[in-house]
Amino acid sequence: MSPLQPLASVGRSFLGLMAVIGRVTLFAGATLGHLIRPPFYLREFLQAVLHIGYFSLPVVGLTTLFTGGALALQIYAGGARFNAESVVPSIVAIGMVRELGPVLAGLMVAGRVAASIAAELGTMKVTEQIDALVTLSTNPMKYLAVPRVLAATLVLPALVAAGDVIGVMGGFLVGVNRLDFNAAVYLNNTIDFLESWDVVSGLIKAAVFGFIVATMGCYHGMNSGRGARGVGRATTNAVVSASVLILATNYILTELFFSA
Amino acid sequence: MIELRDIHKAFGANKVLRGVNLTVPTGESMVIIGGSGTGKSVTIKCILGLVKPDSGTILLDGQDVAEAERDAFLARFGMLFQGGALFDSLTVWQNVAFRLLRGSLKRPRGEAREIAIEKLRRVGLKPEVADLYPAELSGGMQKRVGLARAIAAEPEIIFFDEPTTGLDPIMAGVINQLIREIVTEMGATAITITHDMASVRAIADKVAMLHDGVIRWSGPVEQMDDSGNPWLDQFIHGRAEGPIEAVR
Repeated sequence: MSPLQPLASVGRSFLGLMAVIGRVTLFAGATLGHLIRPPFYLREFLQAVLHIGYFSLPVVGLTTLFTGGALALQIYAGGARFNAESVVPSIVAIGMVRELGPVLAGLMVAGRVAASIAAELGTMKVTEQIDALVTLSTNPMKYLAVPRVLAATLVLPALVAAGDVIGVMGGFLVGVNRLDFNAAVYLNNTIDFLESWDVVSGLIKAAVFGFIVATMGCYHGMNSGRGARGVGRATTNAVVSASVLILATNYILTELFFSA
Repeated sequence: MIELRDIHKAFGANKVLRGVNLTVPTGESMVIIGGSGTGKSVTIKCILGLVKPDSGTILLDGQDVAEAERDAFLARFGMLFQGGALFDSLTVWQNVAFRLLRGSLKRPRGEAREIAIEKLRRVGLKPEVADLYPAELSGGMQKRVGLARAIAAEPEIIFFDEPTTGLDPIMAGVINQLIREIVTEMGATAITITHDMASVRAIADKVAMLHDGVIRWSGPVEQMDDSGNPWLDQFIHGRAEGPIEAVR
């Protein structure tokens, strides 16, 4: 084996990664381009809103409810080390709306929606349904990708807003019932320390995460390999890439929004 | 008239089409035969623009299809896919009327549904089927729905990709008969790809034999049995010996 072979292998992987990033960027750009040019498929958009938004509400609600409760317990236990138990309401609220609400909702929707979009579009690809769309004078990007990406981008902030409220309620329930906080004081502390930018920044993050989730689902689905194995791989890649991109983008947005 | 001139297409190292030349006159039913993997599907996907040829020219009524306005070009075509390619999320009538519910051929929903039911009736399906989903239909019924969708907008040119694959002989005969009737009554130009010889004899005006990426023989269906072409003879008689290598 040549001593340069490992280096060549690393180089090939790097070039492969760059090619994928380029293709995904072009796909996202093409989707954005189609967003502003007719025709628009309202029925498909509304179906996507229902599928991505309404049907994701239970999973997002349960996730944020339990996370809010656990967060209250952790902050109380940590705060007790230096007599700062009273920060529980404000830290739960800020933690939920700035970070945990958008990130957890994004990850849960990535698991549920990116997977289902990739599986659906991947199956459509291998059964020639996407080719059939073209022969029926319908652009698959406009008919399949645009309604899903637009719906996810608009709906995820609403999901996160609901998740934020439920998460704060989770903290409230634990604070009042397990940690003996006064209900009125807890709510006052929550509201007093929360600024509008905390909420807005979380909702902006949510919109970006929604775009990422649907774009990854559509890209991997529409570029799925052949057969059940190809669709399975597309589904896995959609969830993994959406999750990693959400976490990486979350860090970048947090730097942009909150770095001193 | 559809003309293919020296069409080449490779997927990586696999050279699928190596200079296909073919002419399909207006109103004729051309059947392209050949073994699996010889490039039959790629040929019609090249005509439709689903696959871009590496080189060569495809002309439709003398105009290069690469330069044609896409929507107007595709509006002239209908296609029956091998597996039906029906949209799972839509009902049968919405599949059939897909083109009539959106785009330049858009009609009011009620009218589109009526046309869809009429087309379903034309392919031998009852109106009750209209509100079912494709997954609720048998393979033969799905082919019929695919056929109804292909003719819904009354196209000038219809492609049939392996129309009888996966069907029992009786249902295959029914589909062949339907295709022949519909092509004749619509006066459409048709290209069918198949390796089912019963389909060839039922559907074809002319036959072209594709092997190793080139057309080995083409001519009227009546001359097929006396062609003296070794590739065609081996194929239509299903012989293991001959110029076509049989992998065992």
